[in-house]
Amino acid sequence: MITLNVNGRSRDVDDAPNTPLLYVLRGTLELNGAKFGCGLGQCGACTVVIDGKPVFSCLTPISILQGRKITTLEGLGSEDAPSPLQRAFIEEQAAQCGYCIPGMIMRAHALLTANQSPTDAEIREHMNANLCRCGTHMRILAAINRAAGGMHAAGARAPAKAEEEE
Amino acid sequence: MAFSLLLIVVLGATALFFATHLSIPEDRSQRVFAPDLVRRGGELAALGYCASCHTAENGKPFAGGRPLATPFGTLFGTNITPDPKTGIGLYSQAAFARTMRDGIDRAGRDLYPVFPYNHFTRLTDEDLSALYAFLMTRAAVPAQNPANHLTFPYNVRPLLAGWKLLYLDKNPVPRDQTRSAEWNRGRYLVEALSHCGACHTPRDRLGAEIASQHFDSGEAEDWWAPPLNHKFPSPVSWSEESLFNYLRSWDVGHGGAVGPMAPVVAALATVPEQDVRAIAAYVGATLAKPGESEKRVDEKQPQAAEAHPQGAELYAGICATCHETGGHVPFTVTSLGQHTSIYAPDPRNVIHVVLEGVRPPEGTVGAVMPAFADTLSDAQIADIAAYLRARFSRGGEWQNIEAEIARLRRSTSP
Repeated sequence: MITLNVNGRSRDVDDAPNTPLLYVLRGTLELNGAKFGCGLGQCGACTVVIDGKPVFSCLTPISILQGRKITTLEGLGSEDAPSPLQRAFIEEQAAQCGYCIPGMIMRAHALLTANQSPTDAEIREHMNANLCRCGTHMRILAAINRAAGGMHAAGARAPAKAEEEE
Repeated sequence: MAFSLLLIVVLGATALFFATHLSIPEDRSQRVFAPDLVRRGGELAALGYCASCHTAENGKPFAGGRPLATPFGTLFGTNITPDPKTGIGLYSQAAFARTMRDGIDRAGRDLYPVFPYNHFTRLTDEDLSALYAFLMTRAAVPAQNPANHLTFPYNVRPLLAGWKLLYLDKNPVPRDQTRSAEWNRGRYLVEALSHCGACHTPRDRLGAEIASQHFDSGEAEDWWAPPLNHKFPSPVSWSEESLFNYLRSWDVGHGGAVGPMAPVVAALATVPEQDVRAIAAYVGATLAKPGESEKRVDEKQPQAAEAHPQGAELYAGICATCHETGGHVPFTVTSLGQHTSIYAPDPRNVIHVVLEGVRPPEGTVGAVMPAFADTLSDAQIADIAAYLRARFSRGGEWQNIEAEIARLRRSTSP
């Protein structure tokens, strides 16, 4: 039995210690935000945030996650109450097929939590690890910029909400 | 230490005699070069990896500013664009040639041998002209060179004149008539321009390459630079062909370049094929061990797993996803046992790769491996490194792996 801290809640799981977090999130905990893309840590669709850092959940066995804080897309906001970052993605219509978007949002969330006013170059460098097959990168960048600007203007720390609720 | 001090005193005294150089007058003439000369200069600049040291991270090409850590302090790659104020815009061809051959800048200052003029001094007139034509036709970028941070007495430039008396061998690269023209061409490129020895030959206490230990292994930006001779520790042997593949992009037997070697390969991918073939012929001849690759089966796996159970477990849960697929993941060799780093005398290269991952240089195609600095603890990375070492190498356990991980984390994190 391994206890995971997911979005501020303790979750006991019986999966084998070697099981990638992604499978546990989707299969056991039914948190389907993170997606299986390549399974090799090359595309970023499975990105979640662990202790504030973006991590490929497909390459992270749950054995190393005891006591660490895991934040998934579900931890940011809901369909009815999206977080400012999620709202920015909707407002910029950053999704085409949408498969990469949860990973994109989580990677961006980690950036904006650490750096509330990133430059364009910092955003590009940070988002480098995540791929979009549809090619909506420009809108994704715009959404991150919009979220950063919005938060900056309001002085809010909204993307960090999940952590603050813990 | 006493020896060093004595040497420094002797160098200092000699330096007084030799450290006075005249400045070479400013050249403000309109320069015109034949396009072919500029093109060849560009190829030579790639073969000499000028951009590697003379370009800052995300900076403009050749505009300098890259920090270069040495045992004597940190120096910065200088601006070699033709900007007249901050670059080399006022250099005549004679001033450029003196810089490359004698390590003396236009104003007459002695230059530190981190700029490998001990190699460039052997370049032909023709190649120097082409390099000059290429550099002088780049976009001028005004960018002030940051000041070096050197400790005393290394910050006393005139001492360098003494260093040169001791170490600067200006003889041309000799021709070996018993070898092919291609081999001789490769020897010239490697020794005069590509300066492989700058990283792959050990240096003495005054930072000079030790000639008697040519290509015995060295240091590059806190990575281990493997031997380029029969001391190569991996059981996977090299041939001219595999070396050519490696230097050009990726080799099925050895994988691809990482760390400070990655930009070298990115540069060599852009030059004429025959130049890289020549380098492979020369280095391949010293690197080749007699006979075939040593055929090793993966027979130590059970013992390694028993000795390092955590490492084996983490390997199975993380690394095996790509590295136990029989090489089916693009740019992945069949077994991690093919990678030279596992046979290194210290674990630095393996640690670098696990912490930082692998990303092909901008605009090139190559291996992608995620960085695990944020996923794995020092102890976990140490377990994986110890397991890999025990499984594949017969070189004995690495010492102080965890401390090295902590040190490299500090020195590589921004």
